[in-house]
Amino acid sequence: MKVRNAFVKGYGVAIPRYRIKDEAIAKNWGSSRGPIEEKAVAGLDEDSTTIAIEASRNALRRAGIDGEKIEVVFFGSESKVYAVKPTATIIAEAIGATPQVSAADFEFACKAGTEAMKCCTAYVSSELADYALAVGADTAQGRPGDELEYTAASGGAAYIFSREPENAIASVDEMYSFTTDTPDFWRRPEQKYPMHGFRFTGEPAYFKHVTMAAIEIMNSMGASPKDFNHVVFHQPNVKFPQNVAEDLGFTKEQIGYGLLSGRIGNTYSGATPVGLANILDHAKPGEKILAVSFGSGAGSDAIAFTVMDGVEKKRDLAPSVESYIARKVYIDYATYLRFRGKIDMGD
Amino acid sequence: MEISRNWRLRYQRYKLEGTKCMDCGNVSFPPRRVCPKCGSENYATKALMPTGEVYSYTLVTSPPEYFESQAPYPVAMVKLDDGPLVSTQLTDVNYDAIRIGMRVEMVTRKLRAYGKNGLIIYGYKFRPEEAKDGN
Repeated sequence: MKVRNAFVKGYGVAIPRYRIKDEAIAKNWGSSRGPIEEKAVAGLDEDSTTIAIEASRNALRRAGIDGEKIEVVFFGSESKVYAVKPTATIIAEAIGATPQVSAADFEFACKAGTEAMKCCTAYVSSELADYALAVGADTAQGRPGDELEYTAASGGAAYIFSREPENAIASVDEMYSFTTDTPDFWRRPEQKYPMHGFRFTGEPAYFKHVTMAAIEIMNSMGASPKDFNHVVFHQPNVKFPQNVAEDLGFTKEQIGYGLLSGRIGNTYSGATPVGLANILDHAKPGEKILAVSFGSGAGSDAIAFTVMDGVEKKRDLAPSVESYIARKVYIDYATYLRFRGKIDMGD
Repeated sequence: MEISRNWRLRYQRYKLEGTKCMDCGNVSFPPRRVCPKCGSENYATKALMPTGEVYSYTLVTSPPEYFESQAPYPVAMVKLDDGPLVSTQLTDVNYDAIRIGMRVEMVTRKLRAYGKNGLIIYGYKFRPEEAKDGN
């Protein structure tokens, strides 16, 4: 669907400083190497809430507005700190948006962040709000020894939308979602770690939904891959987005800035939004961007943007994605277990 | 679990909200209804600048209840750019790298959780001003 009068006014990310190399995980389980180089790990005092707050403050800096102007806060995550009690209220309070604010948490595995972005776009486009904040952040868990342990990472991004084209970073041009009931990955209540369908997470889940969302949004726009300068796909590893890009006809250059999973892992609800942020850190006004997320369960959101003049003076108002990736401290597997609460303390 | 006390403190913990004396201009943190400098009760609340420098610091190795899982952790007196001294944990920093005069910025982090069933308390900590320049 074509989007009218919705613009990205601010964006910001937060990525914890700790990294564990896949080889440090693999060594513990008798494997040679994992699917990525290294992943970002939340510290002892970090969780999806603190990452979301930091990303939101960075987005506000770029938007150049006070938090009290935010009228909508939607938070997408699958690692909420409470089963019942919204994180969105904590974010809203921390940025000063309370009490005149609509707030809720979204869950859709890895695509709750882009769903929040779509809903915020709808709020401002329909004139139900002037400024809306969408955040996708996770501190994803993988069962020790499971394939997911190599990639499940921590990080997030926040986006502020409005109807003002003045000083906007990008316009939101088109949105499309492709959703089915496909049980490729899930976590039951009170379970610490998710279950997944191994190879079933590939063809019928990730590839089908991402491919269909990308094809349908391009059909709707009358566009083809060559019409976009940059594209970001959900990135549970490095191989999946590379393969889907090649199948759809996108080049390595087009996916270059958006593909970060090799260096920070899969940040779940943060993955596509953080990749998009790195594109905005580098893109030139007038360039076209396609973002396609994927959430298990399953669905894909495709969103098309056009970069605007505001990007050049806004991007330096908050730390870049690369600066967050660069400030890294390596930890060993034992420290990783402690940070992620995987050691039984007997409490 | 002190729900109401933690709730009342949310503005100062999330936003470093202090008070500014409208008569003598003195800035207080935590917020004060009576200016400790001139005694005036004429004040305004003010979110303080989230930056400052380390005034003094130490390492906590014998933590109080609910902080056990974080120990050892550094705590500091931070001289805020708006004036007040605030006692705080330092985070995202190795203890050996802390220096008096080090520039720091506020972040909101998990202060503690009241067990597995209780509230999670968030508030300010300070970390080196490093993210801005990519160091």
